[in-house]
Amino acid sequence: MPPLAYHALVGFIVLNVVIGMVTYVTLLERKFAARMQSRIGPYYVGPRGLLQPIADALKLMLKEDIVPARADRFIYNLAPIAFLLPCILIFATLPFAPGLGVADLNIGVLFFLAVSSLEIVGLFMGGWGSNNKYALLSAMRAVNQIISYDLPFVFAAFVPVLLAGSLQMSAIVEAQRGLWFVAYPVIGQLAFVLFLIATLAAENRVPFDILEAESELVAGFRVEYSGMKFALIQLGEYAHMIGTSFLGALLFLGGWLGPGADTPLVGALWFLLKAMLVFLVVTWVRWSFVRIRVDHILAVSWKLLLPATLVLLLLTGFLVAARGPHAG
Amino acid sequence: MADTLARSTVEIGYGGSERLTMNMGPQHPSAHGVFRAILTLEGETVVAIDAVIGYLHRCHEKLAETLTYVQYPTIASKTDYVSAMTAELAYVAAVELVGKIDVPRRAQYLRVICAELQRIASHCLWLGTWCMDMGGALGGGATIFLYAIRERELILDLFETLTGARLLYGFHQVGGTRYDIPAGWAQQCRETLAVITQRLGEYEAMLEANAFFLVRTQGVGVISRDLAEHVGVAGPLLRGSGVAYDLRTAAPYSSYEDFGVRVPVESAGDCFARYRVRMAEFRESIRLVHAALDGLPEGPISSRPGVKSVGQVRIPKGEGYSRVEGARGEVGCYLVADGGPKPYRLKWRGASFSNLAVLPHIIPGHKVADVVAIMGSVDPVFGEVDR
Repeated sequence: MPPLAYHALVGFIVLNVVIGMVTYVTLLERKFAARMQSRIGPYYVGPRGLLQPIADALKLMLKEDIVPARADRFIYNLAPIAFLLPCILIFATLPFAPGLGVADLNIGVLFFLAVSSLEIVGLFMGGWGSNNKYALLSAMRAVNQIISYDLPFVFAAFVPVLLAGSLQMSAIVEAQRGLWFVAYPVIGQLAFVLFLIATLAAENRVPFDILEAESELVAGFRVEYSGMKFALIQLGEYAHMIGTSFLGALLFLGGWLGPGADTPLVGALWFLLKAMLVFLVVTWVRWSFVRIRVDHILAVSWKLLLPATLVLLLLTGFLVAARGPHAG
Repeated sequence: MADTLARSTVEIGYGGSERLTMNMGPQHPSAHGVFRAILTLEGETVVAIDAVIGYLHRCHEKLAETLTYVQYPTIASKTDYVSAMTAELAYVAAVELVGKIDVPRRAQYLRVICAELQRIASHCLWLGTWCMDMGGALGGGATIFLYAIRERELILDLFETLTGARLLYGFHQVGGTRYDIPAGWAQQCRETLAVITQRLGEYEAMLEANAFFLVRTQGVGVISRDLAEHVGVAGPLLRGSGVAYDLRTAAPYSSYEDFGVRVPVESAGDCFARYRVRMAEFRESIRLVHAALDGLPEGPISSRPGVKSVGQVRIPKGEGYSRVEGARGEVGCYLVADGGPKPYRLKWRGASFSNLAVLPHIIPGHKVADVVAIMGSVDPVFGEVDR
């Protein structure tokens, strides 16, 4: 098979798997939240509610598509796509098992981080193009927040990169064969916790969901979106969330490593399991905290997370310099 | 003060320093019904708030003039539908005051039990909605909301066993109560209260150990003691600002003097202080219900004989003002009787209405996110504001 066709095929499969996974992760989150809140959660559609995500998607497809009269039509219509694209694109460099991925770039982590922060463009387009005050305020908040949190997010993600001595995702996983980076004394745990906090903010989850903030801004930047455009935004958000969970599992929890991981499928299952674990931790936090205020969010980022991750990165640097890059 | 500022705003342009006028309500996820706040923003900071009420006005006071003393108690509960027992009690107390009607001791105790259960139920809803305002319907707030509603349902189950209704009860009647407690109800009530006592501890553990919750509530929306007295706020707001004023001790009604009500007071005046006051009131109400159940005297539950027509109860000419301590503060009912079967005039004093008046004094200077936190801590019910 020519390489281009091979990549196209793999890309197609990964895209569909990701979208399928995203739909079902919503069900997982809803069931998990329901457990936390002493409810049952969705259970009408299909056995034990298993068809609920499909019903949701169908409903959204059938909804009327409304464009506000005073909206900037071009930007408004383009925004969901501009938002979704980077969120899907981050899966391009994720290897799900040895050799099982679209493109295992030698700058994979960098690519992931760079592309994932592009979502802000689509988000701001949506907020601006809607010509709605709630959406506008939300878009402003989003820019504030994402610029502030991308730095600690990147710095925390670079701790494993330094430890592994490579930006290539598969190399980072291989470097954890002896010891997962989360188990690395002190540095690993600190970096993982900081990474999780920054993840919450980068994904706009409670307690950092000020740009959605439905009790203040109704639904934030997507308040005017309906039907399929709304579905695309939802899809992008969850794709981003799962992508980040996968990144967390890859950087800190050893990716596909685990008993029997040499079979690609078992490795992929391990990876999925770990990513879901990270996702559930994020969900758990989401359903137990109240939202914090915009000025506090910025203060937490600039006064706490950024210095902490910087110091951590520096310490890791010294450590790696002392022991040599590949001691693992 | 707020009005002139709010009117002189400029729509946002491209310069970056303009003010933005933003509507919150009447249709808004945190409008607590139908409240419209016209906010004037500079960035994220609120510089002025213009409050618009009246979307739920139902001519309640006029309605009271068209209904007889037998009919109206069930309708009175619709002013504050979250704590329906309060307005019923205020109305019948006013009628009894003007008509100089004695209420049997057993009925007075039953009224105390219902009033305190109602306070617990109302505070449950307050806790849930307030946390939902701060925490988001898709976040931790919804979790607390569902927990609190679960507890409120337990109280509503008690009311359903007692009166057959879950929202608007029609429990009170002029001269006493309409229903006596059924067999086994006291035991059911004690068990429910034990459950709620235990869960209150869980909420406090969940909220007060949460740094985000503290940062959202402490020092936010401070009502100074002077301001509280000047504006005339009542209930938990007043007690959260350091004024130990509670009608149950200041002007006892319905045998409250028998129980030695302990009034919780906090001096900080912020959202957290109001939260603390209400959490203490939960426990105090639970204690009062236990005390009233313990000391429940035997005897008739109403001094009024059964009536055969709705116009049969007549009150001699006169006027009077009765007031009770509701979950949100002082609820008053001013009644003018002309000797007929219906009131000549009726005026409600809603606690939510006067509490809401404090908003323009405390909100400017806060962030948008604090507006909902402050509004939730004021705990308005718009049925009572607009009547």
